[in-house]
Amino acid sequence: MEKYYAESHEWVMALDENTVVVGISDYAQHALGDIVFLSNAEVGDTVTFGERFGDVESVKAVSEILSPVDGKVVEVNKDLEDTPELLNAKPLETWIIKVEGKIDPSKLMTEEDYLALDKDH
Amino acid sequence: MEKITPLFNWHKNHNGNIVEFGGYLMPLHYSNGILHEHHTVRTKVGLFDVSHMGEFHFSGKDALANLQYLISNDFSDLEIDKTRYGILVRKDGTAVDDLLVYRMADEEYLVVVNAANIDKDEAYIREHLFGEVVFQNISEDCGQIAIQGPLSQELLKRLTPINDMPYYTFKGNVDIAGKNVLISRTGYTGEDGYEIYTAAADTEFLWELFLETGKDLGVEPCGLGCRDTLRLEAAMPLYGHELNDETTPLEAGLSMFVKLNKEKFIAQDALSEKPLKRRIGLQLKDRGIAREHCDVYFNGQKVGVVSSGTKSPTLNQSIAMAFVPAELFKETQFEIDVRGKLLKAEKVKLPFYKR
Repeated sequence: MEKYYAESHEWVMALDENTVVVGISDYAQHALGDIVFLSNAEVGDTVTFGERFGDVESVKAVSEILSPVDGKVVEVNKDLEDTPELLNAKPLETWIIKVEGKIDPSKLMTEEDYLALDKDH
Repeated sequence: MEKITPLFNWHKNHNGNIVEFGGYLMPLHYSNGILHEHHTVRTKVGLFDVSHMGEFHFSGKDALANLQYLISNDFSDLEIDKTRYGILVRKDGTAVDDLLVYRMADEEYLVVVNAANIDKDEAYIREHLFGEVVFQNISEDCGQIAIQGPLSQELLKRLTPINDMPYYTFKGNVDIAGKNVLISRTGYTGEDGYEIYTAAADTEFLWELFLETGKDLGVEPCGLGCRDTLRLEAAMPLYGHELNDETTPLEAGLSMFVKLNKEKFIAQDALSEKPLKRRIGLQLKDRGIAREHCDVYFNGQKVGVVSSGTKSPTLNQSIAMAFVPAELFKETQFEIDVRGKLLKAEKVKLPFYKR
């Protein structure tokens, strides 16, 4: 399935008509450096487009993760509790939350557009 | 305008992630990242560019008396070719900086200070100089490379004999490949290691020589990011965190470097008093990472603040140093406010890591 990206460097991908998964981009994990902790949402939480649902922490810094979708969290990736470094190793295969909701492409970028974005400015 | 070290171009050309620190542009880490560099120092050997550190030179009949007056430790029995740590203090006991004193000759001392404090220290020292003493700030002329890790001795002995160098001793005028260096058995990582002082112009040559010489040992360049996590595990104070313009060495738990039995010492009275706050080590029991400025709670009341915190790469635990009122020093159960969540934290003995 196709990934869509937010300006704040999260991706979202549909699993089926009503379910999406959310992760962070390769650029984001690289900019953060070694990720050592994830403070994640909980099942049942409501997430809102553009609002913080968790924090990802590298050795030096804390960075908010903003939701690229509206909806309700139906599952969180438990593997990330003990191995948050998966976000460094495989950012595009590692989802953080699974959400009951729908992608709104008008608010997001396609992968092609995101990769073409000049992220240093 | 930020300053640069003689290795700035090398860092830039080798994927150094450059940040501003203490007025200098320095590498935070290279391509392999902070964790990798941290483990390299704990298990093999790493090189750090510490040329940003400041160097002062004191000489003359009253050089010692000036050091004794302004710095917390006692240097009267410091032998030639030995090094001692101390804190430069004000009359009220607060720390201007922390530093190393090297006794070079009978009436000659080298003092190594933190980059961010070079100008402040120089002004403070000049304001208080007395008697026959010549003070010089030679920071710009000096390069400094730290070789740290269990294999540092193996690396260095390939270049020069260093058999008889106990911890906190040094050798001046050592020749390495035609360059004149001072080798000091010191460091800021909690690991065995050396700090090499040389002319600014020779720094890059020696840096590359050390990398080449230690290639089969797994030597790697390391940035300030892991320098911080390494010193934090070893509970070494970092100026601006565990020491600052409002904190005394006694509050920071550095009483073993405060000697009051001296003829003339500026903070004699202030440091004779018991400290009102104390530095403690905390280990988080709940999931999360406490960082600098996080508030510390005891029995639901805000009592202190975290001065440094991280997830320890060696121990794989969340650790922090914090300041709390002296009367709570013996308590063991605290809480830390991490972005609105109170996390349980237990007091532990410092250092967190000991080699």
